Amino acid sequence: MLAMSSPVHAVEPSEILSDPALESRARELSKGLRCLVCRNENIDESDADLAKDLRILVRERLVAGDTDQEILDYAQSRYGDYVLLKPPLNAKTILLWFGGPILLIGGGIVAWRQIATRPVPPTKVPPLTEAERARLRDLGIEADREA
Amino acid sequence: MIAELGHFALILAFAVAIAQSTIPLWGAHKGYAEPMRFAETAALMGFLLIGFSFAALTYGFVNSDFSLRVVYANSHSDKPYLFKIAGVWGNHEGSMLLWVLILALYGALVAAFGRNIPPALRARTLAVQAMIAVAFLAFILFTSNPFERMDPVPVDGTGLNPLLQDWALAAHPPFLYLGYVGLSMPFSFAVAALIEGRVDAAWARWVRPWTLLAWAALTVGIALGSYWAYYELGWGGWWFWDPVENASFMPWLVAAALLHSAVVVEKRSTLKSWTILLAIIAFSLSLVGTFIVRSGLLTSVHAFASDPSRGVFILAILVIATGGALTLYAWRAPQMEPEGVFAPVSRESGLILNNLFLSVAAAVVFLGTLGPLLIEAVTGDQMSFGTAFFNLAFSPLMVMLLIAMPIGAALPWKRGDLPRVMKKLWTAAALSFLVGSIFAMWRSGGPLLAPLGIALAFWAIFGVIVDLSERVKLGRVPAGETLRRLANLPRSAWGQALAHMGMGITAFGIVGITAWESEDIRAARVGEMIPLAGYEIRFDGVERSKGPNYIIDGGMFTVFRDGEEIASLVSEKRFYTVQRTQTTEAGIRASLIEDIYIVLGDKQDNGGWAVRSYVKPFANWIWLGAFIMTLGGLLSLTDRRHRVGAPNRGKAAMVPAE
Repeated sequence: MLAMSSPVHAVEPSEILSDPALESRARELSKGLRCLVCRNENIDESDADLAKDLRILVRERLVAGDTDQEILDYAQSRYGDYVLLKPPLNAKTILLWFGGPILLIGGGIVAWRQIATRPVPPTKVPPLTEAERARLRDLGIEADREA
Repeated sequence: MIAELGHFALILAFAVAIAQSTIPLWGAHKGYAEPMRFAETAALMGFLLIGFSFAALTYGFVNSDFSLRVVYANSHSDKPYLFKIAGVWGNHEGSMLLWVLILALYGALVAAFGRNIPPALRARTLAVQAMIAVAFLAFILFTSNPFERMDPVPVDGTGLNPLLQDWALAAHPPFLYLGYVGLSMPFSFAVAALIEGRVDAAWARWVRPWTLLAWAALTVGIALGSYWAYYELGWGGWWFWDPVENASFMPWLVAAALLHSAVVVEKRSTLKSWTILLAIIAFSLSLVGTFIVRSGLLTSVHAFASDPSRGVFILAILVIATGGALTLYAWRAPQMEPEGVFAPVSRESGLILNNLFLSVAAAVVFLGTLGPLLIEAVTGDQMSFGTAFFNLAFSPLMVMLLIAMPIGAALPWKRGDLPRVMKKLWTAAALSFLVGSIFAMWRSGGPLLAPLGIALAFWAIFGVIVDLSERVKLGRVPAGETLRRLANLPRSAWGQALAHMGMGITAFGIVGITAWESEDIRAARVGEMIPLAGYEIRFDGVERSKGPNYIIDGGMFTVFRDGEEIASLVSEKRFYTVQRTQTTEAGIRASLIEDIYIVLGDKQDNGGWAVRSYVKPFANWIWLGAFIMTLGGLLSLTDRRHRVGAPNRGKAAMVPAE
């Protein structure tokens, strides 16, 4: 069964900050924080109570003058790495972060070696001999003039 | 009684599948015609039996037979007729039955229309197909029997999840399964070819239509799911990088790669071993997807009924199928010699690049989806890989793919001349730059990269147009000649053009909605005007009414532009009385320029209502592009050389019979 059986309400009008600049920062930050009790949603989209608490907390910290990074650090210290939807780059995540580039370069090298070691077709196709042309004419084909 | 017959038919199908997975293999090995032909009879019989079983379950749903546990748990007597039918696959047991029904359908299609395939290859392919059927029929019969009865019989059912009571979501699983399960065909062909130890151009020609069909169906399935999320979930999101979405997206990416590499095998008799590997991976990812959805191992917004024992069963199927196929591959693939010759700058190389981007993209999605699980298994720490990860790791690959696409498509086989191709394409580059600049002026205020994204999307679109006009020598020969050439282009060329253009169009929609969306969230009082992105939205109040099996709170809105009324919208909150749950139906005024999207929330303490309004530019191009891609795939499918069951001609006839 789908978990989201109630409509998604996300940010409530009452939570919104009056300062549009702060509010837009709050929205961006919320999109990077995971709702810990939900299936797979960020707190900006979730209507869970815990998500709401965290949204309000983010806004309180913004009003108090914290930077974006300070707020993310605070959320991480309180809830662990799991809360960050963009995981930090460290020994545990490095393979996931760099998996794509490594595969692209590795695959590129393999592909290039395949391509480069392949015999290349001759640049100039030797022109048809008169005997070949005659044979083609017999078959009703006019020898290609462009070749 | 009918349910018992359905159950019995399913058991018979299981027995038939066991026979089909063994006897034809022996026949093909010994070269006996009769046991090989048995594969076709068995495939058709299996399809009829599973079809009957599926019909029996549908009968149970349509007639609200609540003595069946799945009907009780997923249906209700006052549910609309359409959703009684959709309820058949709106639950775990029924959806698995649909899975094997489609598997059997593909087998039956090969049996009925695959007359031009050599008997041994056909017999082996159908045998491999039957092995998959054995595994999944066992799964259904032993862990997920849809025909389980209840005693005493309940008076009424508990109803289908309201979110699933929607036309797009009703159609979503059949298309998705047509795609997922369709990839079993290339897989079975690949394994059969490995058993035979031979892959040739003809093999690629038989595999390609099935891949095309599966890919086109997956495109429709994914697009339907995305469109449903857009209008139903209430904030207009269309892609969440959710494990269940990724589960369908990975096979899509690999199937797209497979489509392209199979062309190289067919036309140039090279990339054989890689194509076989892709065919194995594509279906393995389908199985991974089935596993993700059915096991509930990954937390997802879509988490369906999950049961660890079922997960383990599917994992076992996955390990045996993928492990077995890869072992066979490791043993046989080195025998496949590359034959074709080509220069580094050629269409062959372009298609290799395409495969590189698409398969690395699939790998990145795989890492982001299953990586957190691995990290947790190794270190015990939980990690979240959300949208931010995919935007950084996945999007650059798509950018590279889009840049390379028109160039690769314009290169000739064997040997190309890059400066000459660029000379042809410079018009496309100039036009896309122009369009990007126009957008930069028209839609100022968005991210700086947005006009570049638009230019990139149009580069793909104009690239197709320039390539087509080159092929028909537009402007260089008389118009009549151009028309004649246009009409004579093979359908596969049109298919390619449409599919590539669809890619560009979808990319355009994605850039547009991501860059220039505007929103307003407020507690609105009746009569209040909400100004948003050049529109004024008047909240006219909320009216209560009754739907077939739900109560509606309909928020009414009037939209003005420059003081003129342009639309009146209703945004509904539906309360389903049986399940006691709510859904939202956004009020949407859709257009190709931008959607006005309004969602009614809860009543607020101050007497107003929570109202969320959005303007979503170019949203519909996302799904329009997907639709055009699908059309392209289907058009390619009707190309004479791919036509399933087309009479034996040309090269196919040159393949030595066994």
